[in-house]
Amino acid sequence: MNIKRFNWQTWAGFLLSIFAFLSYFFIFVWFPITRDFPWANLLLFVCAIALLLFGLRRAFAKERSLRSKITASIVSTLGVLVCAMFLFSYFVAGRWLPESRGAPQVGQKAPDFTLTDTKNKQVSLAELLSAPINGQAPKGVLLVFYRGYW
Amino acid sequence: MCNSELRSIEKRLADFSAVGIRPVAISVDTPEVSREFTQKVGYTFTFLSDPNVEAIRRYDLVHSGAGENGHDIARPAEFLVDPSGVVRWVNLTENYWVRAHPEQMLEVAKTLK
Repeated sequence: MNIKRFNWQTWAGFLLSIFAFLSYFFIFVWFPITRDFPWANLLLFVCAIALLLFGLRRAFAKERSLRSKITASIVSTLGVLVCAMFLFSYFVAGRWLPESRGAPQVGQKAPDFTLTDTKNKQVSLAELLSAPINGQAPKGVLLVFYRGYW
Repeated sequence: MCNSELRSIEKRLADFSAVGIRPVAISVDTPEVSREFTQKVGYTFTFLSDPNVEAIRRYDLVHSGAGENGHDIARPAEFLVDPSGVVRWVNLTENYWVRAHPEQMLEVAKTLK
């Protein structure tokens, strides 16, 4: 392959779109500032799509072969699909949560419960609300429900 | 997967203790799984196990079939409960990827007597 003929913009754009996708779930999700709104990833996607466009323009120049035009078109489409997949995961699938209309509201009594801790001990909400913290009566309990470790 | 919220609470644990707030994490994981998880990541606050979604159902947080092999799990949610058992602050996120920040919860905690 002639390195001068190699359409690096197309391939770089494609790889960048994959990085823009994966980096949210493996890197940016760990920092609230890049987790709550994926601006870092959207920025990466903008760069990826710009590269793909440059690659397409290059591939569709008169002197380029039909093969390079087809390759650039397919790779660019895949890159855009990766971007669409990300937008879907964050903006659409991320909102697939139950409404939880019956969840206790501010001012209401929090339902009591007794559950098992990691030492296999039974613990109730009432106990959590009364057991001292650093020798002082607690001012509250912060219940954090999460999906689990998997 | 997305346990960055738990991690951010662990990081601010001293601040939570200072304002008298006890964070408690609840999921369908068994005590064994939670033990492995907390030891591996280094979480030191209380983790409770609700494999039969009893408390999760009482709080209306069941996400049907969203877990592994179609098991019911909890949707993400946070509640700040005062010593009399009354809810003082709730966060039911509309998007799985958006979570409450410890700073936000510490602010609310300061208003509790």
